[in-house]
Amino acid sequence: MSHTSPHDAAHDPHLAHHFPDAATQFEAGKLGMWIFLATEILLFGGLFCAYAVYRAHHPEIFIYAHQFLDKVLGGINTAVLIISSLTMAWAVRAAQLGHQRALVRLLTATIALGFVFLGIKYVEYEHKWKEGLLPGTRFTHPLPEGTTASPPAPVEPAPVGVAGEEATTIPPAARGPAGLADPAAAPPAGPPRVPRNVQIFFGIYFTMTGLHALHVIAGMITLMWILRRARRGEFGPRYFTPVDLAGLYWHLVDLIWIYLFPLLYLIH
Amino acid sequence: MTSRDATHGPGALAASAQNALGGDNYLNHGRGVWSWLTTLDHKRIGVMYLVSILAAFLLGGVFALLLRTELLTPQQTIMKADTYNQMFTLHGAVMIFLFIIPGIPAALGNFVLPLMLGAKDVAFPRLNLASYYLWVTGALFALISMITGAVDTGWTFYTPYSTTTSTSVISMVFGAFILGFSSIFTGLNFVVTIHKMRPPGMTWFRMPLFLWGLYGTAIIQILATPVLGITLLLIIAERALGVGIFDPALGGDPVLFQHFFWFYSHPAVYIMILPAMGVISELMATFSRKRIFGYTFIAGSSIAIAVISFLVWGHHMFVAGQSNLAGMIFSFLTFLVAIPSAIKVFNWTATMYKGSVWLATPMLYALSFLFLFGIGGLTGLFLGALATDVHLHDTYFVVAHFHYVMFGGTVMGFLGGLHYWWPKMFGRMYSERWGRIAALLIFVGFNVTFFAQFVMGSQGMPRRYYNYLPEFTTYHVISTLGSYLLGAGFLIVLVYLIHSLAKGQPAPANPWGAATAEWQTPSPPPHDNFLQDPVVDDPYDVERWRWDAELAGYRLEGATARPAGAV
Amino acid sequence: MTAYTHATHGAHGHVVPATVLLAVWGALMALTVLTVAATWVDLGAMNLVVALAIATVKAALVVLYFMHMRYDRPFHAIVFVGSLAFVALFVIFALLDTAAYRPEMIPDYAPAMKGR
Repeated sequence: MSHTSPHDAAHDPHLAHHFPDAATQFEAGKLGMWIFLATEILLFGGLFCAYAVYRAHHPEIFIYAHQFLDKVLGGINTAVLIISSLTMAWAVRAAQLGHQRALVRLLTATIALGFVFLGIKYVEYEHKWKEGLLPGTRFTHPLPEGTTASPPAPVEPAPVGVAGEEATTIPPAARGPAGLADPAAAPPAGPPRVPRNVQIFFGIYFTMTGLHALHVIAGMITLMWILRRARRGEFGPRYFTPVDLAGLYWHLVDLIWIYLFPLLYLIH
Repeated sequence: MTSRDATHGPGALAASAQNALGGDNYLNHGRGVWSWLTTLDHKRIGVMYLVSILAAFLLGGVFALLLRTELLTPQQTIMKADTYNQMFTLHGAVMIFLFIIPGIPAALGNFVLPLMLGAKDVAFPRLNLASYYLWVTGALFALISMITGAVDTGWTFYTPYSTTTSTSVISMVFGAFILGFSSIFTGLNFVVTIHKMRPPGMTWFRMPLFLWGLYGTAIIQILATPVLGITLLLIIAERALGVGIFDPALGGDPVLFQHFFWFYSHPAVYIMILPAMGVISELMATFSRKRIFGYTFIAGSSIAIAVISFLVWGHHMFVAGQSNLAGMIFSFLTFLVAIPSAIKVFNWTATMYKGSVWLATPMLYALSFLFLFGIGGLTGLFLGALATDVHLHDTYFVVAHFHYVMFGGTVMGFLGGLHYWWPKMFGRMYSERWGRIAALLIFVGFNVTFFAQFVMGSQGMPRRYYNYLPEFTTYHVISTLGSYLLGAGFLIVLVYLIHSLAKGQPAPANPWGAATAEWQTPSPPPHDNFLQDPVVDDPYDVERWRWDAELAGYRLEGATARPAGAV
Repeated sequence: MTAYTHATHGAHGHVVPATVLLAVWGALMALTVLTVAATWVDLGAMNLVVALAIATVKAALVVLYFMHMRYDRPFHAIVFVGSLAFVALFVIFALLDTAAYRPEMIPDYAPAMKGR
């Protein structure tokens, strides 16, 4: 039986009526998914921008605050996602080769690794919650002495009057290296000063890892649906597009973490 | 009964096959509400979008009329100050997110794009339906916001006010977030369709210009909208979780918010205008009975606009605290972005030169577009220049500028396209007389409303102000009266279009003599789009289409229509 | 028909060999170890550059091999790299502008954070 006869095309249950052939349909699906991934890159791009801006102007906050993150757990999570990318890519290969059992096992493994990732994330988040390492005014973690030794700027600057009425009482901006306090205030010898506004780091940390975790969950839900279809034998060499496309999404989730890990956990 | 005529090539449907109202067409293929709600037919989805966005336009228009009525007197007229703030915010948010961004691509593009490609549907019909339902969901969240306290931040949601005000910001912003995905998926669908489903022989430079317009729009939808997405998510995070990235009270940077917001919202205005420009290209050629002038330049300028639009967002922030360095760079780039638009305007004008201009209703809207978009675009230059912008920013000059380009531009393009494709979509001709009357009324009403705003803006009248100095009263009164004229004009359009559905003349396949593929199928089209595969040829060969009195429409010169039933 | 001929006949597109998948995975794990190890070495400002460089190599491996871009149509690469270009555009302009207006900002201004 010829595999490329029109006879087959007419009976191909997966060929949608508006596509001329299965190859075009497959190519269209891949292009569509790549475009969707581009939108996800831009979505996270905004957060990377916020990270870049705050880190560039307040490196001391990032250098200080990252000590509260556990490198080991972060490293394990990185490994977990990398292994899951392997199992996912292998699952696509299995579908292409018609290895039904391997496909099911590899998809299951990928989902299981996703659960491991989320579990570790939960442990990390719980620790932060307990320690009061949260964004904004929820940051209640006690910081060592040195926090209040800050530039002479008043906490509540006096309001600027209407032009001509009052000279401003806002002191000039501090110009120290790396944005640290007024150089006139001699830094105390010993451990490095505790910077102000450490809560900014946690605003960035939670939004970035939080949005990423939401994407992990979405990926896992998608993969569970794919797994269900795979167990029903829907995929094989002639039709594996959903596995391939779901795989692309999952790899993107890994890609984002590949950047999040050094940027948040490995700040020197 | 559908006549599957063995006709002699395209444009030669027999007289009995021109109109399909009495036979099988996409409107009666499958009956009942459920068949519409679960349809995968791009034509039906387009019609559902059309009804929905027109409803949004009506709502946004009512808000506009209310706020203009409030502005009749310098003090309180019909509402309190807080209500006024909500009114202009909702007018902006509804018009932008629910009407104009989806607008032409969703309502007209969905219907026409596959037909222009001789295709059976878009690449991802289910995603298309999902896009529609995302629109509906976004609209629902916007409505929830409106009835639970609305929003008073201005559609721009600037922080820290938007992160601290007590109005229902989260539901509105979440609605906008969902609408963003509706937009993204539409763009994605169109890009893949154009890449993968062009017919043999239709190279990129043989595509109709409406498709180039939709393609440029889709690039922006795909690349810019996600940044709006993250911006809106961060507003929600600030309000719900107190994150503090944009709130200065918590160490955040409010100018950074504006960078985030405008990185999307400037390209967004090109999402609004590019499809309209695509429509104008079609109208200019068809109603000048002449090939479009400068096809390659118009196509290229669509892509140039899409790309350069990403380089100018800071021109909304000249006086916001942005640095002078960035201001200068953005001002320079803003002058650049005007060039491709100007190229299009010159090419359209050149198309009309020595053409046989037919002042049918769609063409009246196209001509309105040229004039009004021209004014709108030129006034943008005053705003793009740093020195003049310091004086004009946040005045009515800005309001007038963007209404000239969005309303005088996009809405005119939308109305022109609607009147152009109406016979194809519904198989009926509307009253040409009332069409012209309404077009004139809208044109006059528009100028009365908004020209006065240029004048008072340059004299210092600030925008979004509830009370104003008595010296501006006359301008406000003129503007408000103009808005009532506009409302009347739109009412007339609504009435005669609806009337045409019941009582309009049955439309032929090609009432306007256009050469693109959608005119080679009956009006309204069958479910599968074409009775026979269309010959997709030169899309601007309009001169070969000749009026045929028997058909009451155009047919391709030299084609012989065989009688129904003949082999 | 064996599974293999079935694959060459029916499969659309290229199948990544198992050895390639494993080799890429091995490289990714090794690079992860490397990037963690690099934090114990003080390179000043270069630490960030090194970390990002290693991350980019890892990302490239994932994109080219796991995501199949090496064997795909070039247009997918254009889409992907294009999105990165626009992110870069946004980040660069934001950094440029924020750096330029920074002298006008009140240092460490955060009145809602009492005393922290």
